[in-house]
This record gives sequence, structure tokens and C-alpha cells, in this order.
Amino acid sequence: MPTFVYMTRCDGCGQCVDICPSDIMHIDRTYRRAYNIEPNFCWECYSCVKACPQQAIDVRGYADFAPLGHKVRVLRDEKMGTVSWKIRYRDGRVKEFTFPIRTTPWDSIRAPSAYEPPDASALTSAMLAHEPSALNVESLPMLPPFKTK
Amino acid sequence: MRLFAPRKTKLVDADVLIIGGGFGGCGATYESRFWGRNLKIVLVETANIERSGAVAHGLSAINCYMGMQWNENRPEDHVRYARNDLMGLVREDLGFDIARHVDSTVHKFEEWGLPIMKNPKTGRYLREGRWQIMIHGESYKPIIAEAARKSASEVYNRIMVTHLLMDKTRPNRVAGAVGFSVRDGNFYVFRAKAVIVAAGGASHIYKPRSIGEGLGRTWYAPWSSASAYGLLIPIGVKMTQMENKIVLARFKDGYGPVGAWFLLLKARATNAYGEDYEAARFDEIKALVGAYAEKQPLPTCLRNHAMIEEIKAGKGPIDMQTQEVLDTREKEEIGWEDFLDMTVGQAVVWASQNIDPKERPSELITSEPYVMGSHATCSGAWASGPEDCAPADYQWGYNRMMSVEGLFGAGDAIGGRAHKFSSGSFTEGRIAGKSAVRYVVDMAKHPPQVDEGQIEELRDTVFRPLET
Repeated sequence: MPTFVYMTRCDGCGQCVDICPSDIMHIDRTYRRAYNIEPNFCWECYSCVKACPQQAIDVRGYADFAPLGHKVRVLRDEKMGTVSWKIRYRDGRVKEFTFPIRTTPWDSIRAPSAYEPPDASALTSAMLAHEPSALNVESLPMLPPFKTK
Repeated sequence: MRLFAPRKTKLVDADVLIIGGGFGGCGATYESRFWGRNLKIVLVETANIERSGAVAHGLSAINCYMGMQWNENRPEDHVRYARNDLMGLVREDLGFDIARHVDSTVHKFEEWGLPIMKNPKTGRYLREGRWQIMIHGESYKPIIAEAARKSASEVYNRIMVTHLLMDKTRPNRVAGAVGFSVRDGNFYVFRAKAVIVAAGGASHIYKPRSIGEGLGRTWYAPWSSASAYGLLIPIGVKMTQMENKIVLARFKDGYGPVGAWFLLLKARATNAYGEDYEAARFDEIKALVGAYAEKQPLPTCLRNHAMIEEIKAGKGPIDMQTQEVLDTREKEEIGWEDFLDMTVGQAVVWASQNIDPKERPSELITSEPYVMGSHATCSGAWASGPEDCAPADYQWGYNRMMSVEGLFGAGDAIGGRAHKFSSGSFTEGRIAGKSAVRYVVDMAKHPPQVDEGQIEELRDTVFRPLET
């Protein structure tokens, strides 16, 4: 479903341009507002919708099979760690859902270099980082040496 | 003035160069840093790693988790499952290797902050099916990107890598890659001692189902432009199963996935007469493929076959009987979150067509074909296997090294190993990352040399469309 931009809300900040994985959200050079340059290459992934600080981006279904009059709006709150959805049907029915998105503070992941350096001899073992402890089993499953018939 | 006319050439040196910042690339970056503390690790991505690759949308399940800690499955069980599903055409060594490591990957994801649903009775991860666990995965990619950002020496977003560079001193050895910035048109030359290709598979090889405005709308990411293969084939990397295309049964128009509906919610798919067409076609499928018809679960391609034959026989449309299973608010939330986490467009289709899944069924249909190596197909490079479990002729050096020296891969780029999904691709990236570090350490005295002439030639190739 292609995205579109409410031009009265967009301030041309470019957050959508920065995040769009398909690189189809661009800033119009004359109006300094964002727009979708290639609606049929939109994955309807909502990355730009969630990133927009002005809630200026919306999505409508593709004209092939989605009649107008519906709305699927989203609010992603990183501080609260939630994403909230409001789905308005074409006939007016409304459904609302909120789901968690993260259980730890943002930027709290420990870099791999913050762990104690592995022993140089471990570089030739089959073990990956944090193994075997992160497997929560005693040891990494291994097979006996391969024998050809 | 020509477009991008003032472009410059930027040189970047790296020890390990990772091409593609999806799950494979983020795993490779993390693991390379863990083992190569002093190495320069560079991650290059066409989009922005915060939301790039096949999980840009988010996901509602992790489809590859053994649960060894609760004795749910052993790695060899997953090898059997993938082998059945692909009707024998799998690399068992690569499969076993990912399966034995994947649990540690998922446990790290949970530690990093990915909300994994729990079964309230057992306290274990909530199983969707035998291999799948349910997650609240809207921010799956940003969480994994954070780990990659903290691991890489440098992350280059918005650089489209177009070609690999070869060593001029040693034949059949990789020496880096070139590409261009999609923002300013600058030409980028990455010289590297080891390269990990973790780029994406191919959408848009075949005409999509939609023919109007939705023409580009595909199940797999529309930006998956087959870099995983386009980078490898021109330099002569040996490939496998490139003729094997993936076709999936999905909710019509919105491409909503069916896994949670079939496996967790136990919904039925029927023909237009409400009949279980798959079971009815058992004898016919058995006559076609023999014992594979009796395997549980029935191989993906055979389920697709049953659906296609049913539609050809005029008994379509095929419907997912969603209304039969959404009897509680909890189940309704699971059904909706399944789409809102990873395929919002399906919710848009429902809202626009006034379909409440609690009230009426939704149509299923097969997707157009794709080429990829991380879902239920095995397209990709022929890679060296793990030392302890690959047969001798399946290994020629470092685990996950391709037939070109110093060139590694993960995710869609490595063939022969289906059913990696998000966690398996990240795990394969980790395996490749560790191998690449080992290669760089072993080859420390023999760094590759890049031929200036080759760079010039590739720059001409890249910008030729703008010069004519």
C-alpha cells in the first residue's frame, strides 16, 4: 500500500528519506515537502510512518484492490516501549491494539568488545561468541568425524 | 551538467568488509568484532541498517529455534525437517551447523530486549509450531541493528555495492568491493582482506500478481535486487540450486503470512465448498512423489501443488477459515499482531474491504516466484562446510567460504540450506564472521593487492548509464 504525505503537516525534516528501505521517500525540491516518488515500489512497511515526528505520513491501499475510506494509523513510542495501532474500517468500525516492542532501554546492548577477549586458541574451535553458556545446555552439539563409505 | 558529475572516488580500507546490513550482515558484524578485537570491520548497506533487509517491517515469529534447553528439539531433528521440506535437496552439514548454534543467537536477542512471548503454563517460549516461537517483533530490526552498530568500526548506509574486486597477486582471491552512494553519487572503493556477502535475494524476477498500482508490491522486499547473486556470479563463484524458485501461499493481495494461522491458531484452509482439499488430494500427490506425501509437515511445494491443482479444477477460491478460530480477545490480538508486526498491508486490505477475520474467511493464493536462500529454498553459493561434520569434498578451508578465497557469505547468499529465517541468517552471519576473522589472521602476511586498472574499469561500468 503506498504511503502519501499530508503536505500541511510535513515540515520537510527528511526523517522518512533517511529511513525508507526502498529509498522512495524524497523531498520535493520546490515545495520542500516529502513525497513518495514511486508508489508501486512501496512495501507498506510503515518505517517512514513510524519515523515521522509530525505524523504527516499515511498509507492507503493500492487502487487495484483497496477501495478508499480506510485507515491504519500507528504510534511507536520508544520510551514507553510500545507500538499502538488504530484500524478504522471503511464501514466505520474501529479496532485498537497495543503491543510491546522492547524490554530493555534503547542503547543498552553490550558491545561484543565489552566482553572479555576470547582465548586465541578458541578461534579454531566450532564455538561462537558466548558459547557454550548462551546455549543454556552443557555443550555445543558435535558429530563424530565424517566417514565416507 | 550531468547527474552526479562532480562525483569523487572514496577509498575505504577494511580488514573485514560485510556487504548487506540485514540479519546475516548484522550477525557477521557482531561476531567479527567478538573474535577480531583489533580489526577494522566495515558494514555497507544500500539502505539504512535501522530498517533494512527482509526484516525492515518487523516480524511476529522467529521461525528457527531448537529449544535444546528444554529438550524440545535436537539440531539433527531440524536437518530432517528441512530435508523433508525440500524433498532431499539440502546441505545437511550447513543445516546442522546453524541448528546447533541458533539457540545461543535467540537467547542473545532476548537479552538485548526482544520481547519473546512465553507460555504461561510452562514458562518456556510460546511455540507457534515445532520450530517457531512467537515474538512482539515490531522493533526486531532496530534492536539487531543496535548490536551491529556497536560492533562495526564504520557503518556505511546508502551505498549500493555493485561489484567485487579481485586480488592481483593471487588468482581467485577477493580483495574488496566497489559501489556508489545513492545520495551523492560518489564512487566507493572498499579494499578488504576478507569479504562477507550478506546481501539479499531476488524479488521482481517474475511478474507480480498485481498488475495495476500494486505491480511492485511483492511478498519479499521489493528492494531485494538479487545482490546476493549479482555480486557472486560475475566473478565465477560456484552456485547451487539457482533454478529452485520459492512460491508461497499467502493471504491474497496483502501477502499476510499463514504460519501463525495454521500452526498456532489452528485455522483450516478449504476450497470454495468448505472441503479440506489437501487431504483429498493425498493419493494423487502420493502417486506423484511417493513417500514425501506422507511426511509431516507436507513439503511446502506439495502444499502449493495441491492449492494450484484445486484452483485449476475450478474449486477455488481457497479460503483461510479465520472466523472459526478467533473465539477470544487473546486470539484476535495474536491474529492481528501477526500482520501488524510484519505485514501491515494485510491489515490495510482487511480495513478497506471491511473484512473482519472474526466474521468471515480470507482468500489465500500462491505468490509469484522468488529466488532466495534463507526461507524455504536453497538458492545461493556453494560454500565450504563445518570441519567436524562436512564430508571432505564439501570443505576446502574455512567454514562458509565460497569457491573464491577470502569470500564468505550468509543468509540469502549461501545455498543448500533452507529454513534459516531471521535467527538462522544471523547465526550463519556469525559463523561467517568468525571464519573471516580466522582467515584474516592466517593471511596477515599476505594482504591482497587491488589493481587500479580494475577499479577504473568498474567505475566506467557503474557510471556508463549516466554518460550516454
